Amino acid sequence: MTFLSYLINGISLGSVYAIIALGYTMVYGIAKMLNFAHGDVIMVGGYIAFCATSYLGLPSIAAVLLSMAVCTVLGVTIEGLAYRPLRSAPSLAVLITAIGVSYFLQNAALLIWGSAPKSFPSLVGLEPLRLFDGQLVITSEAVVTVIACIVIMVALTLFTGETKMGKAMRAVSEDKGAAQLMGINVNHTISITFAIGSALAAIAGVLLCSAYPVLLPTTGSMPGIKAFTAAVFGGIGSIPGAMIGGILLGIIEIFGKAYISTQLSDAIVFSVLIIVLLVKPTGLLGKAVNEKV
Amino acid sequence: MLQVQDINVYYGAIHAIKGVSFEVRQGEIVTLIGANGAGKSTILQTVSGLLRSRTGSISFLGEPISGVPAHKLVSRGLAHVPEGRRIFLQMSVEENLEMGAFTQPPSGVSDDLAHVFELFPRLKERRRQIAGTLSGGEQQMLAMGRALMSHPRLLMLDEPSMGLAPILVEQIFEIIRTLHQSGTTVLLVEQNAQMALSVADRAYVLETGTISLSGTGQELAQSDAIRKAYLGG
Repeated sequence: MTFLSYLINGISLGSVYAIIALGYTMVYGIAKMLNFAHGDVIMVGGYIAFCATSYLGLPSIAAVLLSMAVCTVLGVTIEGLAYRPLRSAPSLAVLITAIGVSYFLQNAALLIWGSAPKSFPSLVGLEPLRLFDGQLVITSEAVVTVIACIVIMVALTLFTGETKMGKAMRAVSEDKGAAQLMGINVNHTISITFAIGSALAAIAGVLLCSAYPVLLPTTGSMPGIKAFTAAVFGGIGSIPGAMIGGILLGIIEIFGKAYISTQLSDAIVFSVLIIVLLVKPTGLLGKAVNEKV
Repeated sequence: MLQVQDINVYYGAIHAIKGVSFEVRQGEIVTLIGANGAGKSTILQTVSGLLRSRTGSISFLGEPISGVPAHKLVSRGLAHVPEGRRIFLQMSVEENLEMGAFTQPPSGVSDDLAHVFELFPRLKERRRQIAGTLSGGEQQMLAMGRALMSHPRLLMLDEPSMGLAPILVEQIFEIIRTLHQSGTTVLLVEQNAQMALSVADRAYVLETGTISLSGTGQELAQSDAIRKAYLGG
């Protein structure tokens, strides 16, 4: 029964990683850049939801929506101000800029909200599920997280597979020049991708802080890096890959903590990344590039 | 329909196009021929807005278009089938065609699809197939069909014969003739000078970034200089 409870915790934590990883992977797929500030957008999402409930007294749903709106604006602004001018710059310049944006957001949060940890109120606040005569307790946060993850996955799959805008995104991710020749505005498409990724980051921020209720300016950085690991693990650029990578990573982390060592759990997570990259450099679902000449 | 006046295009310090001027009139097939590296594709990319000319002007349907981003030119009636086809290899045939109709109102898309499938029956058979699995000839048909989905007034084709077997080249040129007869103006860039001159009303010969000769398709096909340089004696 403890195994089952660890597994459920792992899937729940992994679902948060998966939601964050989706943001990484979509932005990478379309803009071909690693947005290392993505983790810090999660942190901002957490703080906004915290302020909305604790200071403004808004209900949970309103707090989540407000947080999504603020993060969407933030993500699009970051893209427009920091990344767009570098569209034709070498990728290293973009990467360094992303790290700069990450530090900027952390320090801005430090200035606004201070360094003292805020204790985050659970935005779910439902009774936990008790199964097998109370032997297996599943928190309502875990249930909501997994459901949110599935809903997001299905919605994104439908969006990229069925809608005109979603197909245009796939076209831009394959060939920006050809996409322009179709009449697709590439900058606009990249902005929309950042908007979606950042809105997902806000959801992830709220879910993460509900499950682990300590909020600091650095709250987003570790989950951000782990979600990036998850995205690479699953095959960066692939939406189902991000999902599978995230959930597997969560399970590995919780099992590592439970059965091997609490201190070493992060090391185990990153070792998995190294092994996967050695064996399959494109990640689990990554596409090998084979073009017909 | 298209006037290109004295354009100069640079790749960094390299002066790729040196003062090129030409025009395409309504209803014509005009071809730019020339050796590899002469600057033919660069000119098309400059016209369609993917590259910028440093000086000179380009106007399309009477309006200046230099500096207008590529994605805004499509709805004005300019379609560019780029070199190497550049179809979306991971998307299905039908999705590629839908992307071609990106600027069009959704209501007309199914009629346009039917029209493209009529021109290219092979594409209809393979509409659900991933474009990367098509043969070279089918990929060229898809690239052309995709461009037609935007209802172009001017269709610019960059090396449509590249890498295709002679029988497929014949087919592609047959389709170019058909499109022309149905009223589409065509600007054709080709290394296969013989085929290009055989369909063209007028032609320009490009050598290392400048136009060295121009005339009607027939004149150039009979010119000694051209025969020697491009038509194998």
